[in-house]
Amino acid sequence: MGLSHVSPTSTTFGPPQQESWVATRLDFLVNWSRSKSLWPMPFGTACCAIEFMATAATRFDLARFGMERMSFSPRQADVLICAGRVPFKLAPVLRRIWQQMPQPKWAISMGACASSGGMFDNYAVVQGIDTIIPVDVYVPGCPPRPEGLLYGIMMLQEKVMREKMSDTTIRNEMEPDPESGLYIPASRIDELSEPFGNSIHQTRSAL
Amino acid sequence: MSAPFTPVLPGSANPGAPAPSTPRNVPQKGGEANPSAAAIAAKFGALFVRSEVIWGETNVYIQPKGVSEIVRWLHDDPTQQYDYLSDVTAVEFRDPEQAIEVVWHLRSLPFRRFLRLKTELDKRAPLAVDSVWPIYKGANWLERECYDMFGITFTGHPDLRRILMWESYREGFPLRKDFPLRGRFSRAEQLRQALSITTEGRYSMEELSVAQAFEDLPEDMRRRLAGGERTGE
Repeated sequence: MGLSHVSPTSTTFGPPQQESWVATRLDFLVNWSRSKSLWPMPFGTACCAIEFMATAATRFDLARFGMERMSFSPRQADVLICAGRVPFKLAPVLRRIWQQMPQPKWAISMGACASSGGMFDNYAVVQGIDTIIPVDVYVPGCPPRPEGLLYGIMMLQEKVMREKMSDTTIRNEMEPDPESGLYIPASRIDELSEPFGNSIHQTRSAL
Repeated sequence: MSAPFTPVLPGSANPGAPAPSTPRNVPQKGGEANPSAAAIAAKFGALFVRSEVIWGETNVYIQPKGVSEIVRWLHDDPTQQYDYLSDVTAVEFRDPEQAIEVVWHLRSLPFRRFLRLKTELDKRAPLAVDSVWPIYKGANWLERECYDMFGITFTGHPDLRRILMWESYREGFPLRKDFPLRGRFSRAEQLRQALSITTEGRYSMEELSVAQAFEDLPEDMRRRLAGGERTGE
């Protein structure tokens, strides 16, 4: 039996020659099981979704992180991965999908467009999905390579591992302002989505 | 029942014609014109404006009031047989005085012909032109997109409303030259309006295609749907 060969310096505590058992913190156990079996809800709208598919395929193998089970229903999903630009017409859909996901839930904003609007500083595209839903991890890139997404996923796992059950506010649902539907102040949204770089010269197409 | 489907073979109207080949050394202006241009000029003298050949493709400018008549003739006449509508779009120029052009891309499979039909709409008047939906059913969404982006009204269209932007979109017509690239409202206001869209609000059971299969649904589901319940809530 393997257990009989446990050396005296082993970190497994317990009387030798008996049934093995482990003592640990409940926080650690819950967070460990959560972070190692995150089921993603793929919200792919553009080229980032192609990279996301590559991440899920054999070469990069998302299954190593316990995420191979894509949940195409938000009801069984743990982490929403928004891969691609989100036009304003899709904003209520993204908000609805986020609200349909049960707690505990997290969100990854994959790529430049989902995080900031990217190059699409125009009339149709939301300037960052963090104005619609709360985001845990931003993955930069246009589109990010699969390694980038995997790094973001590992950061999210690290974040999940640091959660504490004693913190009761961590699972609170975000409540948008009932009148406007926004959950961060309008002035803050305007500030976040100000034109930058070259786009300040492109506010008008002619005249 | 309708007649059995008979495929239209390209070039079937003149079988002896040479096989199509990649054109070489096409001049920017001039060259061989599509014979339909001369036919339109001969038949609709007053409605025909001018025609030109650009990069080997023929553009025919016609009067706005002649669109329905000329497209109907191009579609029905056995010497034309333009049986395929590729695109309906519009072009606006930077010069504010210059008219907006509405463009139809027509293709005749039996004759292997391509014709670009254009008409000019004065911007100082309401932008309206006849719909070609009675002739080509595929024009439905193309004209809706053109209305959505340029604000051109297609009279006779069965269901002229926005198709890309949502229906309560209030900022105007995005592809017009006087439209600011970032839209007219602040980002927060745009987001507030977008989040208030009711995505399923427009459609009733009768309008959805599932309504055609309504009778095949189980009894309890029919009762719930008829009572106004929406799926997915």
